Amino acid sequence: MSTSTERLDALRGGAAPVDHNARTVAALAGNPGCDRRAVLDAAGISKRDTAVHLGHPAPFGQSPFALARARSFEELVKADRCAHLLRLLREALGLPIPAIAYLDIPQAGGQATRELRHARTRKELRQAAESAVRDGSGDGTLVDHPLFTLPVAGHEVYLDPAVLAVQAGSRFHIVEIKSFAVIDGAADSAQVAAASRLSAVYVYALKAMFAAEGIDPGLVSHEVVLVCPKDFANHPTATLLDVRLQLAALRRQLSRLTRIDRILDRLPPDLTFSLEQSPAELARAVRAAEARYAPECLSTCEMAYFCRSDARECGSLEVLGRVTRDDLGGLDSVDAVLDLAADDRRTASEHDEIAEQLRHVHAIYRAHTAAEAVVA
Amino acid sequence: MSVVTSYARALAVREGRAQPVATVRHLHLAADPLVFIPLRLAGEAAAPLGAMVGSHPARPHLLVVPQPRNRDLRFAFMAELARIMLPYIEGRAAATETVPGKNERERYLDAPQVIVPGRGAVEFVRLLGRSTRFRSADGPYPVDPAVPVLGQWLTFLYERTEFAGSSALVPMTEALSLHWATGQSPMEDANLATLLAWICPPPGHTGQEAAAAAEDPVRWPPAGPDTDPGFDARVLRPAIDAYDASGSPEPVREALRGQLEPTWRLMWQAVELLRGRPEAASVGDRWAADRDRYTREVARVAEGGPPRGRRDQAGSAAARLWDMESARQSYDAQRAYDDPLVMAEHRATGKAFAGEVVHVDRERTILLPGGKKPVSRPLVTVRTADPVRLAPGKKVFSAHRRRQSGEVIELDGDLVVVQLNDQLAKGAGVPGVGDAVCFTELDLGGRIRPGFPAAEETPWTHGGPPAAYVPTDEDAKEDWS
Ligand code: SF4
Repeated sequence: MSTSTERLDALRGGAAPVDHNARTVAALAGNPGCDRRAVLDAAGISKRDTAVHLGHPAPFGQSPFALARARSFEELVKADRCAHLLRLLREALGLPIPAIAYLDIPQAGGQATRELRHARTRKELRQAAESAVRDGSGDGTLVDHPLFTLPVAGHEVYLDPAVLAVQAGSRFHIVEIKSFAVIDGAADSAQVAAASRLSAVYVYALKAMFAAEGIDPGLVSHEVVLVCPKDFANHPTATLLDVRLQLAALRRQLSRLTRIDRILDRLPPDLTFSLEQSPAELARAVRAAEARYAPECLSTCEMAYFCRSDARECGSLEVLGRVTRDDLGGLDSVDAVLDLAADDRRTASEHDEIAEQLRHVHAIYRAHTAAEAVVA
Repeated sequence: MSVVTSYARALAVREGRAQPVATVRHLHLAADPLVFIPLRLAGEAAAPLGAMVGSHPARPHLLVVPQPRNRDLRFAFMAELARIMLPYIEGRAAATETVPGKNERERYLDAPQVIVPGRGAVEFVRLLGRSTRFRSADGPYPVDPAVPVLGQWLTFLYERTEFAGSSALVPMTEALSLHWATGQSPMEDANLATLLAWICPPPGHTGQEAAAAAEDPVRWPPAGPDTDPGFDARVLRPAIDAYDASGSPEPVREALRGQLEPTWRLMWQAVELLRGRPEAASVGDRWAADRDRYTREVARVAEGGPPRGRRDQAGSAAARLWDMESARQSYDAQRAYDDPLVMAEHRATGKAFAGEVVHVDRERTILLPGGKKPVSRPLVTVRTADPVRLAPGKKVFSAHRRRQSGEVIELDGDLVVVQLNDQLAKGAGVPGVGDAVCFTELDLGGRIRPGFPAAEETPWTHGGPPAAYVPTDEDAKEDWS
């Protein structure tokens, strides 16, 4: 373990490690086959800075208006020691919370205090769990800014403390506050799906923490409390979100994540992703770790423009999207597809079925577009 | 999903420009469509920020909300939008035609066509409709009387998009993708600027180069409704602050003009591209359905009909679902019948075959089960190079003589024997040797909807008869903060 930790530190080349958050973990699980991302993330390397240095800055950014809106909504929900939130938890969800203790894990930055905050989170939640188990439906506890860790590719990472954890009776729930609106009982499905994936990461982390403390992870509910504004107003409303599916997917994909040591073993021993080197050297270093680009990367990974440009360079079919890749099952490059389509000699290959379809499409396509080509 | 489209995508990469996946235009295109590009404030569900709208490329109307958090300014924006959109929408209700038949009725010869950049704008149209249709011109929170009317029409337009083949509210990126395949992914095709860059790259550039340049949000601002976060931070926020300080909307106007104008030009460029394609044969029929719906909505709004409820009621939801599925089925079939490139997909997957007639048995008759008199059932033998996957007994339709049905009788190597079942009066529907024919299992549909219980008969399993929706004062004064 320590040797791989040293390797990862060396890869980072002296820069401070960046924090993980639920989004990066969810995205990591979304592309478990990508060694490049696994290494960069495990080493805590800033993919944003790396992409900028490579000359392919990521198109990510958040509008100050969106940030302000998210912040003001969160403040509203948490105002007066979470008065709104407690009312929602009691009324809307019928959670049995006679009295509740509100605990805030103070947010101070820095590597050193992260360990302290993590220890404090562990202690508070352990005590809550013990008293819950001891006297059944005891008083509730609401923990704000809990700091969790999560093993990712054999490496512990800290998770952004962006949620709350609530204990009601003998159950623990993750509470997520989001500023997208629930209109007439329905919200944007993409945003709900994204929120479910993120919440699942926290549920997973909380369960892992309980297991490590010798507490039954079954106490952690797979139902997440999602707090959003209702309709077009600013009033919060709460919904229980079942994240069992996302949890199962996350568990499966995290366990499938190639262990980081195995990836490190395949990399040159003196490799570094330090930004002290020239962009060309950095590009060569990054290419040493194998990528698995897909257009989905564009919305989940800061390296996407760099990886896309490489994938295009080598004529990969991946750049055309999953549907096309599935349609042309088994073929991996643009040239392979077009050569097969134009191959009248009917060379036998392992791709017989798709080859026949392609030759067929090619013939029809030529017949119907030839006339236009003459005009154009 | 489609081998033809995927093949065309690969070809687009090699050729350096988008490749056609249709030979004809599969949507109606009005002589003067209303192009509408709405923008919203980031982080808000439905706070309009501005819009460019108009039905003439040289005369765009620019509307802005200089402080998007101000509710009164939002309603002023909606009122201004109503003054532009309502005359366009309501003005289509002029001359009518009589539709004969069992359900004889009058139908307007025209209907509104609103074109927006993409799916995001369609969804935003829904939210704008939802946030304004319940408002009231009197009561505690009065708004301009045109606002709730516009809300009803925006809702109408949105609901038409749920029916495949409707051309009432058109997301341009999807309209273009129906006709061209690019060398990028469908996800990237949702960006109007890169999509058009692939379709018409500037001379001397490949589609890929042009698309990469078009990804720069400074040169090609996003087509909305979301604005570029960098623009929000560097340009928009200071402009809104300036409005708060001085009361002058000019900085916000200028900022949004710069964001909207490039998209405005792209939208009209795309309109012209689509206009350059000949209209497909079934487009007129589908547009007639849009005109039918429009005619009914004009009458409903004129009678002071209530806005659509917040949610569908069980009975009408079931009927709508049936209508939506049937629209989807006819639309998919019609496109294939209208366009050999779309039919190519079905031929490649064996659901259709085309070829030349090599033998005809014109005089063949058979005795139908239970029948007494032999009836004419000619046999046509077709030689095809297509990989036919239609088993004997399969019902097929002729792509050339729509609605003529038949049955696959026998498959033998590259020969298929088809028995023709109808449209045979005086032998007119029987092709001759040497004719090119195409048969497919795709059904044009057009069946009558089975009876769904009327609202008052909704079974108790579906909540029992619903209370009629009556908009309340609550709805009218709902917050929009
Ligand atoms: S963008 Fe590159 S590094 Fe990131 S997940 Fe995709 S392939 Fe891996």
